Amino acid sequence: MADKRRRTDDAAVQALFTFAAENGIDVETAWDRYDAQQPQCGFGKLGLCCRICNMGPCRIDPFGNGAKQGVCGASADTIAARHLARMIAAGTACHSDHGRSIVHTLHLIGTGETKDYQIKNPDKLLKVAAEYGIKTDGLSIQQVAKQVAEMAYEDFGRQHGHQHFVQRAPEKRQQLWERLGVTPGGIDREVVNLMNITHMGVDNDYKSILRHGVRGALADGWGGSMIATDLGDAMFGMPKPVRSAVNLGILQKDEVNVIVHGHEPVLSEMMVEASRDPELLALAKEKGANGITLGGICCTANEILMRHGVPIAGNFLTQEVCMMTGVVDAMVVDVQCVMPGLAEMSRCTHTKLITTNPRCHFPDADVQHIELDEKNALEIARKIVRIAIENYTNRDKSRINIPVEKAGLIAGFTAENTYNFLGGHYRATYRPLNNAIIEGRIRGLAGVVGCNNMAGHQDRSHLAMTMELIKNDVLVVQTGCAAIACAKHELLTPEGAKYAGPGLREVCEAVGIPPVLHLGSCVDNSRILITLANVLKEGGLGEDYSDIPVAGAAPEWMSEKAIAIGFYVVASGIFTVFGGPQPVMGSKNVADYLLGGMTEDYGACFSFEADPVKAARQMIDHIDKKREALKLRPMLYEYESAPATDDLVNV
Amino acid sequence: MSRTKSITHLKVLVNPANCVGCRSCELACAVAHSASGDLYAMAQAGERPGYRITIEPYDNQPIPVHCAHCENAACQAACPTGAIYREEANGPVLFVAERCIGCRMCLHACPFGVITLHPLGAGVLKCDQCIERLEQGREPACTEGCPTGALLFGDEDDVAKAKRQQSAQRLLNMPAEGR
Repeated sequence: MADKRRRTDDAAVQALFTFAAENGIDVETAWDRYDAQQPQCGFGKLGLCCRICNMGPCRIDPFGNGAKQGVCGASADTIAARHLARMIAAGTACHSDHGRSIVHTLHLIGTGETKDYQIKNPDKLLKVAAEYGIKTDGLSIQQVAKQVAEMAYEDFGRQHGHQHFVQRAPEKRQQLWERLGVTPGGIDREVVNLMNITHMGVDNDYKSILRHGVRGALADGWGGSMIATDLGDAMFGMPKPVRSAVNLGILQKDEVNVIVHGHEPVLSEMMVEASRDPELLALAKEKGANGITLGGICCTANEILMRHGVPIAGNFLTQEVCMMTGVVDAMVVDVQCVMPGLAEMSRCTHTKLITTNPRCHFPDADVQHIELDEKNALEIARKIVRIAIENYTNRDKSRINIPVEKAGLIAGFTAENTYNFLGGHYRATYRPLNNAIIEGRIRGLAGVVGCNNMAGHQDRSHLAMTMELIKNDVLVVQTGCAAIACAKHELLTPEGAKYAGPGLREVCEAVGIPPVLHLGSCVDNSRILITLANVLKEGGLGEDYSDIPVAGAAPEWMSEKAIAIGFYVVASGIFTVFGGPQPVMGSKNVADYLLGGMTEDYGACFSFEADPVKAARQMIDHIDKKREALKLRPMLYEYESAPATDDLVNV
Repeated sequence: MSRTKSITHLKVLVNPANCVGCRSCELACAVAHSASGDLYAMAQAGERPGYRITIEPYDNQPIPVHCAHCENAACQAACPTGAIYREEANGPVLFVAERCIGCRMCLHACPFGVITLHPLGAGVLKCDQCIERLEQGREPACTEGCPTGALLFGDEDDVAKAKRQQSAQRLLNMPAEGR
């Protein structure tokens, strides 16, 4: 138990482990299962295991004593590159199917087949329609919805030509992609292509495989993810900066608590409505509860946080332990990052685990499947909330333990509303942001995104890296579990500016923003691309992403989606640090290409650095190089850099 | 006191039925004997520390074959320079590269074939039972690296005892006519 506590920096999770130990609750969590998995296979870690055909599995001896090639003759380079390309395909598939479900819902609005959803932001829909070249004169908003959805469907199934939103990228970048042959075509086609070229006996040139991989990743960032963000904004409403709360302290002892977990917002939007339904609130009262609290985990949480201010219960590694509070009456999951281990934990508590997506089932008889039907979504959400209410009375009162930890945060920043925040309503431009960088108040920008990873400490790397960056006047934008991690430590509040360097603090205090901006869920990394495109358009910071003083990071990455994101960010020209190495280190050629060679092609490359402060220093050095290349002024308050910040980390 | 004194009763024990042929033991051995001791750094540096345990395929079964640290070690007897030696009567049979002249007599003498040529052609590879790790209170890299329990670091007496117990149980469960 002591070991488990050491491997999270979330005091709420630590408190629950202590409670479990003291009360003899012995349930396996990811922490135990990670230990049980040790030692993990070195061939897999190095990317030298190939399971693609049935002559294998083949392994390459990293010491050159044994096999240098698989049965088919595939080298370490081929095997590592193929495996990585398949990880990209999976990541792109996940984000893009998320986008597809948004398009599907939009289409149902257009055909009038659902009344539960509306176009809450017609302006956004019209803007996207214009980009798609749809003539909207004389069309009702419903008709526009149908046409936009059909155009978006085409971006998935397109056989010839490119993704529509690629045209949002800077001119120079578009030309670079065209020259390298990586401008993404139809999203589905790119995923199919990656599965094809990595089959036994197709592509075996690692550089060619990685080039295909890049195109597949760009189909995610500039396709599936961007569609999910933009059409989500049109349908569910444009996020606005909103105050809310984070961590397990948001759970209420005397209310029915429902946790939504996963990634897609289609059902959770309705869950918000159902949790505020007077009839259901009355039923909750009848059962002795004072109300209904909805809380979220992972990106489903981020989606309804930024649009409705729904509080966040935790991030990826909190999903199992949250049930140990004894007050989660239902956990409602959709897709992605949903641990199969949830079922065992739900059996050891009173929590009802409910799956809702046709893509995600549990084999366990006690996990209920109530499938989302967009045509009848609100009623389904009501049914789920009713189950939670009915379960309220089944709580074991002796096992209730709600951690006190709860922090405030502000979420809901977008590429669009950054105008208002930095420029003010009367001067809605990116000029103030650009000027702050040019004048040396803000050193540059960094996107710190991604998962939790059991291989490290929950939240520690996110926090240490972000602290180091803001201390050095780097304005940080975040999405996903990274944002939740830093929110727990109050970096996503204006008060967080006290940890910022003098220049960044000045800007934050002048306009009242946190030093760390929450841009949404993991598909909303597309917002970062658009924000930076706007920065370029505003002028003074170069002509391409690779000119801007900006860096990306995924310090606690674990999923294939993170690989897809990393690749579309690097291929867009942004230097990006991953916490642990991608599984390619057994191939010197692939590793060298990712860690340096990519710069020749894309103007940016990866770095793999497990130490979050060292990683932050790499990002700062990169930003400084870009400032120098742009001949920007020295930092306004340049000071001797203090030693690495660890006051928040070593708690 | 000899550094091997306290651990002479512990041995690397093999349970071939549990071996799935993942070769994690070989990898762990190489990492433990590399300059950096780090898997990624070693792979990137192109270092070739080699491994001193082998997963030998036999009849489509993976079998871990490792140094038995024999009581009357043929390799030690064959070595003309004392490069292969013991610090303690029952301690592991150790190898010091500086004294090795590369005659490979040990390789020819070993009845198990577990002494192999160094991948860089300089001398031989010989299991040292991870003597340095043992001094730190850790177990050998190969047994620690084994995910299935095919390799264990333990007391031979305990293992013999466990086997006698299994044997006794089998006898007890034997049908009457078979007794």
